[in-house]
Amino acid sequence: MGALLVGIGDMKVGRAGDVITTLGLGSCVGVVLYDKSAKIGGMAHIMLPSSKGFDASNRAKFADLAIIDLVNLMGRAGARRGALTAKIAGGAHMFSGKADNVLMVGDRNVAACKEILRLLNIPVTAMDVGGTFGRTIELHTDTGGLNIRTVGAGQKMI
Amino acid sequence: MPNNPLDNIDQVHLEVFQEIGNIGAGNAATALAGILNRRIDMSVPKAKIVPFDTIVNLLEGPETIVAGVLIDISMDLNGYVLLVLHLRDAAEIMKLALNSDESAESIVARALSTGLGEIEYSVMLEVSNILAGSFLSAISSMTGLRIVPSIPQLSIDMLGAIMSIVAIQYGQSGDSVLFLDTRFSDDAKDITGNFFLIPDYESYKKLIGTLGID
Repeated sequence: MGALLVGIGDMKVGRAGDVITTLGLGSCVGVVLYDKSAKIGGMAHIMLPSSKGFDASNRAKFADLAIIDLVNLMGRAGARRGALTAKIAGGAHMFSGKADNVLMVGDRNVAACKEILRLLNIPVTAMDVGGTFGRTIELHTDTGGLNIRTVGAGQKMI
Repeated sequence: MPNNPLDNIDQVHLEVFQEIGNIGAGNAATALAGILNRRIDMSVPKAKIVPFDTIVNLLEGPETIVAGVLIDISMDLNGYVLLVLHLRDAAEIMKLALNSDESAESIVARALSTGLGEIEYSVMLEVSNILAGSFLSAISSMTGLRIVPSIPQLSIDMLGAIMSIVAIQYGQSGDSVLFLDTRFSDDAKDITGNFFLIPDYESYKKLIGTLGID
């Protein structure tokens, strides 16, 4: 049983008893995958919706590559592909100013993650996205519960 | 696939960028000292290229509650100015600027429960405006580049969530960010802030180019 910390543009997979955390998600999105019977969980801290046209040497930054890689990593850890479910958190709009591409990236990140999970046939069982506040998320691999902490918007388990 | 342009940055150019910042910082320190009515020291700005993990791990890490003020800049230079202060230090600034009897701790507690008052918001925005405005106008007169700052936006939240805006801007081309970091503090050292100028890569090149260095 251990604590795993996922950095920005990073991913980790853990087994029963592990708690996987990423701190201070803003416009970035945390995608977690879980196999309930194997009690294997994984988390990716995604920064951008698509790798198209960008340097993709770090695949974990991009929704389109990170989720596929996370599925594969889960498989190698012993999770069953067909048993995976997903939860999504983050994608906030931290500053309400000008709606340029960078500042609206939260919405686009969430949309991209949902679309990729749909294409992979992985059901999204819970989401806590959007808003104007940051989130710290912790995946408890023994239950699949995702604890979400915020500064001004309380704490909840999804 | 495009390579990360930051991999090819010349150390000499980075020092030029830092020198440009130095002129801005002096100007900004004088302006801030005027509003707070006390002596303010600005550190010599540091031009840095660091991995994302470094910028989200400033202060006490990604969950540090900070006051972050974002100003975007446009016209000849594009990018952001970001002011990041520990919430406690932001409260000190509000207290000083408003000449308030309320303790900084009490302002912090209020900010986290019911939220700041309108006047406190205005103070933070105005301080940021003055810092950024004086900083940018020095750069502008030195380089001849026109720089238009937007209205500032304040967010009181986790450091990681606020800094991710910067990481995302640079995330398209690499895993590191380029910025100019200036720390300011008062005599008693009970206020410390981080002031970042984060140009996009094209603007950085333009800035260096105005000084005849290529």
